[in-house]
Amino acid sequence: MNAPTNPVGPPLALLAELTHRCPLGCPYCSNPLTLDRVRDELDTATWLRVIDEAASLGVLQIHFSGGEPLVRRDLATLIGHARKVGLYTNLITSAVLLDAPRLESLKAAGLEHVQISFQDTDPANADRIALYEGGHEKKLAAARMVRAAGLALTINAVMHRQNLAHLPEMIALALDLGAGRLEVAHVQYYGWALANRQSLIPPREEVRAAVQAVAEARERLKGQLVIDHVVPDYYARRPKACMGGWAQQFLNIAPSGLVLPCHAAQGIPGLRFDSVKERSLGEIWTHSEAFTRFRGTSWMPEPCRSCDRREIDFGGCRCQAMALTGDAGATDPACELSPHHARLFETASAESAAVPREFTYRRYAKTPREEELPAEELPV
Amino acid sequence: MSSALTETSRPGLSPHTRMKNDAARGGWVLLAPERVLMLDAIAAEILALCDGTAEIGAIADELARRHAAPREEVLDDIIEMLQGLRDKGLVTA
Repeated sequence: MNAPTNPVGPPLALLAELTHRCPLGCPYCSNPLTLDRVRDELDTATWLRVIDEAASLGVLQIHFSGGEPLVRRDLATLIGHARKVGLYTNLITSAVLLDAPRLESLKAAGLEHVQISFQDTDPANADRIALYEGGHEKKLAAARMVRAAGLALTINAVMHRQNLAHLPEMIALALDLGAGRLEVAHVQYYGWALANRQSLIPPREEVRAAVQAVAEARERLKGQLVIDHVVPDYYARRPKACMGGWAQQFLNIAPSGLVLPCHAAQGIPGLRFDSVKERSLGEIWTHSEAFTRFRGTSWMPEPCRSCDRREIDFGGCRCQAMALTGDAGATDPACELSPHHARLFETASAESAAVPREFTYRRYAKTPREEELPAEELPV
Repeated sequence: MSSALTETSRPGLSPHTRMKNDAARGGWVLLAPERVLMLDAIAAEILALCDGTAEIGAIADELARRHAAPREEVLDDIIEMLQGLRDKGLVTA
């Protein structure tokens, strides 16, 4: 067995992508362009084993996500098991499939926190972005149900140039719904979002205004609403500390069982991923090539290698470096020290001023929609 | 709205926030929605006394006694720590 080149502590969090099936079609979906099919999904027994392994490994929080995790009939079983082994349980959902009996069963299983995505505060625009008529109303109802059930609620507001003007209304909505936490998550440009970048990336001055609005709201709502803000870093001077460093804190398991250092990592060609079907989670965390490849600082090129921020931002994001320079081992172009930085800024400025295109909505390739979402899997 | 904590505030962990003894790292952690906070021994000791009924003054008395430390210093440290956690939504009072 190959020894780890960069010793690492235990992971903090596991993103369990139970499925890629989802009733929505958001054009910035964080799932990969090639979606896992229902027949490829891990079975319940394997997930239960993986949850045990995660807890033993030191994982503290598990995020049940997708796709839409509510299409999995075993969700309550998995949540119950995660609680039993001491994990903090989060459900990351679009919530359009959430009804009162289902919520009750998840709560009874021990669910602690629900994160609901919102596409906008304007119902028509929200439904257009999600490609799901009536979705916004269902989300509002679901969010109220979550609070009435006494669970913690986070509103995940995905922001971009087609809804950013409504940021103040989004903050007000989060308060109105009784959320304890709001994620103002500007779209990050990988996969589907990269394909739709021209239609989504906001102009620089709007990003600046958003940063100010969030800073003002944070101060005003201290102790009442926690606001996390993820900005698009095309206009930044230094890159984001993506994932807190590659393979430092975080594991992502795709529906098929492949273990990824981040949800976008499959966009890096040539990176070999291991499956929980073949190796234990602990072995994968320590030894899997996908994890060791960019862990720590020894993989870094200049200017990262000698940079005094190398253990602060870890060279930025590997997937963004791949998407924008064709080399996953390059300095993230969001960094002003990257030779590609100026071009990135120009691209963002030009695209944000151009007329938005029709969205390329998230969907399975070349299959009828009936096959994407087997009717028997959808609660009615 | 958040106001300043005083000696008579009765702090407790926010709903959906809990402490856990983390065997993998050897220490207490605070778990909250999509947040993990590593607690040092003192922070863990303070939070263990925050049950929503005890006043900060009483918590300061207890810790000053345990550590044979000046009460006013202990009180200031407790208020500073809890105020920070309250601003982050992890503690109520």
